[in-house]
Amino acid sequence: MARLNINGTVRDVQIEDDTPLLWALREQVGLTGTKYGCGIAQCGACTVHIDGEAVRACSITVGSIKPEQKIVTIEGLSPDGSHPVQKAWVANDVPQCGYCQPGMIMAAAALLKQKPKPTDADIDANITNICRCGTFQQVREAIHAAANA
Amino acid sequence: MTYMPKVDRRSFVVGATAAGGGLALGLSLPSGGVTPVLAQDGTPEVNAWVVIRPDDTVVVRVARSEMGQGTLTGLCQMVAEELEADWSKVTWEYPTPGQSVARKRVWGDFSTGGSRGIRMSHEYVRKGGAAARMMLVQAAANEWKVPVGECAAANNVVTHKPSGRNLRYGQLAAAAAKLQAPDPKDIPLKDPKDWKIIGKSVKRLDTPDKVTGKQVYGFDIKLPGMLTAATMESPVHGGKVKSFDAAKVQGMPGVKKVMKLGDTGVAVVADTYWHAKTALDALPVTWDEGENAKVSSAAIAAWLKEGLDAEQAFVGNSNGDAKAAIAAAAKKHEAVYAYPYQNHVCMEPMNATARYTPEKCEVWVPTQDGEASFAALLAASGLPAEKCEVYKLHLGGGFGRRGAFQDYVRQAVLIAKEMPGTPVKVLWSREEDMLQGRFHPVMQCKLVGAFDKDNNLTGLHMRLSGQSILANVRPQVVDQNKGMDPLVFQGLMRAGNEHMFGYTIPNLLIDHSMRNPHILPGFWRGVNINQNCIFIECFMDELAEAAGKDALEFRRAVMSGNPKNVAVLNAVAEKIGWGKPAPQGVHRGLAHMHAFNAYVAAAAEVSVTNDKIKVHRIVAATDTGYAVNPAQIDRQVAGSFVYGLSALFYQECTVKDGRIEQTNFDTYNSMRIAEMPNVESIVMPSGGTVWGGVGEPTICVAAPAVLNAYYRATGKRIRSFPLKNHNIAFA
Repeated sequence: MARLNINGTVRDVQIEDDTPLLWALREQVGLTGTKYGCGIAQCGACTVHIDGEAVRACSITVGSIKPEQKIVTIEGLSPDGSHPVQKAWVANDVPQCGYCQPGMIMAAAALLKQKPKPTDADIDANITNICRCGTFQQVREAIHAAANA
Repeated sequence: MTYMPKVDRRSFVVGATAAGGGLALGLSLPSGGVTPVLAQDGTPEVNAWVVIRPDDTVVVRVARSEMGQGTLTGLCQMVAEELEADWSKVTWEYPTPGQSVARKRVWGDFSTGGSRGIRMSHEYVRKGGAAARMMLVQAAANEWKVPVGECAAANNVVTHKPSGRNLRYGQLAAAAAKLQAPDPKDIPLKDPKDWKIIGKSVKRLDTPDKVTGKQVYGFDIKLPGMLTAATMESPVHGGKVKSFDAAKVQGMPGVKKVMKLGDTGVAVVADTYWHAKTALDALPVTWDEGENAKVSSAAIAAWLKEGLDAEQAFVGNSNGDAKAAIAAAAKKHEAVYAYPYQNHVCMEPMNATARYTPEKCEVWVPTQDGEASFAALLAASGLPAEKCEVYKLHLGGGFGRRGAFQDYVRQAVLIAKEMPGTPVKVLWSREEDMLQGRFHPVMQCKLVGAFDKDNNLTGLHMRLSGQSILANVRPQVVDQNKGMDPLVFQGLMRAGNEHMFGYTIPNLLIDHSMRNPHILPGFWRGVNINQNCIFIECFMDELAEAAGKDALEFRRAVMSGNPKNVAVLNAVAEKIGWGKPAPQGVHRGLAHMHAFNAYVAAAAEVSVTNDKIKVHRIVAATDTGYAVNPAQIDRQVAGSFVYGLSALFYQECTVKDGRIEQTNFDTYNSMRIAEMPNVESIVMPSGGTVWGGVGEPTICVAAPAVLNAYYRATGKRIRSFPLKNHNIAFA
């Protein structure tokens, strides 16, 4: 059993401690916006925030997370898609298949919290998510648009 | 190694329309009348393509699948254009394959591959919209008791022109639905110059849920009482399960069932995926790996190399006498290229969910071809079509893996049959997805060019040696072509073909020595143009240099019969500044192709420091005849370059002990944002009667453009891939 603070709600999740946060979120809590892509922290599709930092949820176990640590998933980024990054994503028509985009958006939101006006070099260094559709050009534009919103 | 695969004609396959064309399914269609179906919210339809709700919402039925390429929005634009719909009120739904069979395939082909979504259905979907508009206008004329010619439709409203009276589509839909549909022969379509929605960069219809996490992919579906399965097929393709020790894992948390999957795989069914995967990882399995258990990449490469000089080869394109021209040449130039196996690596690994009872078998699946999923469901369940249904979900990437190949549907149905009434979701790990790919085939190519004493190109022999996709996937097409796979020659075919060779050379021979290793091949975005474009477009640069000519001028001199090829090449050359000085340290390369009936070209600017390549920009030109949504075409072009350049720089699946060695992104990398060049897309539709595809054609021109620029920067010709094998990386 793990006690987790997810999107502002503390829950007791009935699962073995060595379960990756990704699968606890998807299968015990029912938050499927956080995606599986590789399971080895390479692709970033499972990116969530823990205390404001972008973390790859496939590679952290629920047993290693303290109850007071605040986990935010794509579903908790805003109640209605109104976070500046989400709005910029819609305005720039960023997603293609969209599967990697929750992770991409969480990574971008964490970057903007750290660096409200990121340079292209900041984006290159911090956004390391894989997108097989190749939306990078629109991702970059949308991050700058969100920064200037 | 198997020379030719066994010809496995599955009973439901009755033929294929063309190489790479739609699968014709031998599903028995009902005779007699067909009943219209209600929209998913219960509203009656105007016709098969259009449902209009009382609040004026227009629901467009889309048979093709959305996997990121934007075809959903493009097809809706085309129906809405002829419907005279208010675009702000347009939404969509997928009809099901079961409904399609029951209605004699009223929506046509569901297959979404070969860049066919729009180019192969533009006429009948526009007629679907036009027919619905004609019925709505007739319904208004009947209501007002006026001649239909006095009424006109625009923006979801029919107006009686003499009196100015209006009726909204939502008010007319119920009456329109009762009218006789017009004969498709009597449905005129708009002149393209009158288009208001087609040709506009409207926003995609499917974006909002993709930014909130609400979008449900196959991986995300949840049904009451559902269990989840993890599966493993023989890591050596063609191998079989010898034994497995279920007792070792049966007591592990959440495990419900451990079972054999046909002869070739095993499955663990559990309450959650994590429990299923954990148990599967711990399950002892021994395999009968068969005759291919020791095959290696080196052995495959040696076998292909023999084919470069083999006497027997299938001729795909020829004119004059290339061998004689080469024998008589004043000067010759020769090169050998090689292209590796590659996996699609869709971001969402393969999956399917099935629920079986003897009365009904249902499948939920992200699929590029709902009808192929349906056929796989029928075959695996043994039930007749009227007891089966497939519900299509959005795809987390497709790229050719999720169309012709429905192995995950088969798995889900086989497992669900063992637990009737319980829905079972089959999820593949990334590792399983990597090993059980349908791989971009291996190919080698030997090219010989002949010059006369004035450095004119007099002959070209291009010998391909490698794996045929169709021999494995559509053997009936290969049979029809007397053993030849015509698709191998994509981009190299004779004039008039949708994958036409762009050069006119006095003596030409392009032939293929078929070598089919046991690794399962598949259609990988762009398919055979990926290697063919590198082979021919890098070699044309080599020939230009051998002749002491400019790469652009050399090409244009042998392109006189192909003005549309010249036009796209000229467009990128002009925009990149070909012939003018480049910035300090920057070098340029270009390439072009005709494939999927689209004309495409690219020009790249790169700089190279210690074999670190910085791709600064790529200018791309695309002539697809018509451009339904230019902004989405731009995105497909830039996205295809990510797919193509990831392959060029990083991606190779090697074979050891009969199995693929790479199992995840740590050994099979994909480009990140830092490596993304600035892509400047030129969309230049030239009209005419032929519509070209968008999703695939441009993928092939990025790699040779970059390679040709790399050569100018370094003097090094790279002829085997990926670049990581030469210690060349992105800067």
